[in-house]
Amino acid sequence: MTITDAPKIITRRFDTPDSHTITRYEETGGYQALRTALGSMSPAQVAAQVKDASLLGRGGAGFPAGVKWGFCPPGVWPRYLVVNGDESEPGTYKDRLLMERDPHQLIEGVLLASYAIGAAQAFIYIRGEMALAQERVAKALNEAYAKGYIGKNILGSDYSIDVVMAWGAGAYIVGEETALIESLEGNRGMPRLKPPFFPAAKGLYMQPTVVNNVETLSNIPWIVSNGGETFAELGAEGSKGTRIFAVSGHVKNPGVFEVEYGVTTFRDIIYAPVYGGGIRSDRALKCFIPGGASAPWFYEEHLDLPLEKATVDKAGSMLGSGAIVVMDDTTDAVAACLSVVKFFSHESCGKCTPCREGTNWLEKILRRILDGYGRPSDLDLLMDVADNISPGIAWPPKQTTICPLGPSAVSPLASALGRFRPEFEAHIARAARAEAASAPAQAVGLPGGVA
Amino acid sequence: MARFSPEHLETAREIIARYPRPKSALIPLLHLAQEQDGYVTDDAMRHIAELVGVTPAEVLGTCSFYEMFKLHPVGTYLVNVCTNISCMLCGGEELLAHASERLGVAPGGTTPDGRFTLEEVECIAACTEAPCLQVNYRYVTNVTNDDFDRLIDDLAAGKLDHEVPPHGTLARVRQHIPADRTAGIVPVAEAAVEPAWMHANEAPGAGGDA
Ligand SMILES: Cc1cc2nc3c(=O)[nH]c(=O)nc-3n(C[C@H](O)[C@H](O)[C@H](O)COP(=O)(O)O)c2cc1C
Ligand code: SF4
Ligand code: FES
Repeated sequence: MTITDAPKIITRRFDTPDSHTITRYEETGGYQALRTALGSMSPAQVAAQVKDASLLGRGGAGFPAGVKWGFCPPGVWPRYLVVNGDESEPGTYKDRLLMERDPHQLIEGVLLASYAIGAAQAFIYIRGEMALAQERVAKALNEAYAKGYIGKNILGSDYSIDVVMAWGAGAYIVGEETALIESLEGNRGMPRLKPPFFPAAKGLYMQPTVVNNVETLSNIPWIVSNGGETFAELGAEGSKGTRIFAVSGHVKNPGVFEVEYGVTTFRDIIYAPVYGGGIRSDRALKCFIPGGASAPWFYEEHLDLPLEKATVDKAGSMLGSGAIVVMDDTTDAVAACLSVVKFFSHESCGKCTPCREGTNWLEKILRRILDGYGRPSDLDLLMDVADNISPGIAWPPKQTTICPLGPSAVSPLASALGRFRPEFEAHIARAARAEAASAPAQAVGLPGGVA
Repeated sequence: MARFSPEHLETAREIIARYPRPKSALIPLLHLAQEQDGYVTDDAMRHIAELVGVTPAEVLGTCSFYEMFKLHPVGTYLVNVCTNISCMLCGGEELLAHASERLGVAPGGTTPDGRFTLEEVECIAACTEAPCLQVNYRYVTNVTNDDFDRLIDDLAAGKLDHEVPPHGTLARVRQHIPADRTAGIVPVAEAAVEPAWMHANEAPGAGGDA
C-alpha cells in the first residue's frame, strides 16, 4: 500500500478544539498569508502562486483555479467572487466540514482570491440545510470584520472588500454554478445556457464572476504561505497537492480523509486500516462509485488505479466531488441504480425536456422492474430514454440538455445495466412468472380488475 | 402575525443592504419569514415583495422552487431522513420505515398534535455517518431504531430545546457588518471601476491585469 506521509493541508486544524474560532485560527498561523500578500505581493503575484500550484477545482469538474481566474475579461468591472458551498452530490461530505470546523481558513482563501481577481464583493453561498455551517461562517465573518481582516482598508492597505454570507433553501441543482448565480440573484435556481453565460464573462448581475468550491478556496492560504511550487511538489503530474475523499457505504471504517492527490489508490483508500478499513464483514466488493452519484461505477479491476484526475477520466469515470461509495456483494444493482436515478429525477429543475421527462421515466421504469412488474422490452426502453438525454451514452457524456444533470442520471444506469444485466433480467423474469401464474384469473377477470 | 415584526423588519432591511440588488435578498428574507411564523405566509410574501421592489408573484415564484420553504404549517419538528445511496446502503430506508411507524405518519405527513412532520430527503452531506437524519436541520448521525425512539421522546419532553429551535430557525448567529468597517456595498453600475489595490506592491514598471 502507498500511504504517503504528505502533510495535511486543509484538514490540519480539524482535531484542534475550537478550531472554528478566530483565536485558535490566529494561534495556528491564521491570516498570515493575508498579511504577507497585502504587505508584499501584487494581486498578479498571488494569482501566479495559485497558477504555479496547479490547484484543480474541487467542486466536480476539476478545472485549474489559477487558469479560471485569468478568464475574467480585462478592464470589465465590477467582478464578483462567489463561493460554492452548496455541497449536495450524494456521497459528498467535505465542504460542510471545512465550513464548520475551519471557517476562517475559507474566509482567508476568499480574501486572497478576491484580492487577486479584484472582486468588488464576495459571497459565500452555503447550502440551506447546513444550519451549523451557516452559524459558524456568520460568526467567523463577524469576528474577522471586528479584527480588521474584512471591510474597509484591510490591515491598513488599499484593499477593501465586503464578504457576505448567503444561503440556499433546498435544491441540489443550485450547486451548478449558473443556477447558483440565479439563486443569488433571488430567482428560481435554474441553470443558464453556456455559452454565452460562462460566469467568468457573464455571471452574477451579468458581470465577470469567479465561482469556486469551498475546498478549492480553503487551499489558497497554505499556497500563498508556502508557495505554489511547494504545493505542486505534492501529488502526481496532473493532480497536485492533497485532496479530501469521503469513503462511505459498505466499509468498516467510513470517513473523510485528506490524502496526497494522485498517488493514493482506490485499494488504499477502501482497504487500508487508516482509511476505509476494508469491506464490512470481509465480504466481496461488488462495485464502487469513484466520484459522486454522477460518476460511472468502477469495479474490482479498477482498485489499483491512483486517485488521479487524468487516470480516472481515461478509465471512463471521474473523481468528481471526491465521494467514494462502496457496495458489497449483497447489494441489488437495480436497487442501487434506482436510488441514484431517483435522486436526479427528483432534483431535475425542469427547464429542459430530455432531463425533466427522461429522468422521470427512467425512475418509473426502474421502479417497476424492481417491484416485479418489469417487461422484457424495458431494458431497451431504458437505453432508448437514456440515449435521448445523452446521445451515444458515452464517456465523457454528450448532452441534449442545458446542464450536465440529465446525463448524470445516465451514468449509473449505463454502469449497472452494462455490468449487471442478468440482475435486471432476473427481476423481469420474476414479473413474467407472476404473470403466467395469474393468467387464468385474468382470463376470467372482471373489467378493470386486477388479479 | 405574518408581516415582519418591527425587529424582523430591521433585520430584513439589514439583509437587503448587503446586496448590490435588493432582489438578491429574497431567499434570506423568506427564511426570516419562516423563522417568524414557522412557514411562509401569503402576507409575508407580500411584505417581502414591497421591501425588495418585486411583485408578490415573483416572490412566490422563487419561494416555490425551494424545498425548505413551506407554504403551509408543518410540525414544530421537521424530521428529515436521508435515503440516498450511502444511507440506503446502510439502512436508511429501514430507518425511514421505522420513523414512519413510530410517528404514525407516512413521509410528508404531520402528527395530529402538530409536533412532528416526517420527510424523506436527499443526501444531507453526512454520508460517512449513515444512516442519518436532521431535525430542523440539526444532524443526528449513525441512527439506530432505538436512537430514533429516544430522539422523539427527548424532543417531545423538551429536553433538546437548547439544541433544536422550532422549525424555521436556521443559524442562531446572524452576520452583522459594522457601519464603520464596511467597504461599501453599492449597485453594480456604481462599482464599474478598477479596484484601488489592483496595482498594489507592483515592482515599478510592471503592470498588467491579473
Ligand atoms: C448538477 C451540478 C451540481 C453541482 N453541484 C456542485 C456543488 O454542490 N458544489 C460545488 O462546488 N460544485 C458543484 N458543481 C460544479 C459547479 O458548477 C462549478 O463547476 C464549481 O463550483 C466550480 O468550482 P471549482 O472550480 O473550484 O471546482 C455542480 C455542477 C453540476 C453540473
Ligand atoms: S439538464 Fe435537468 S437540471 Fe439541468 S437545466 Fe435541464 S432540466 Fe434543469
Ligand atoms: S447519502 Fe445520506 S447523507 Fe449522503
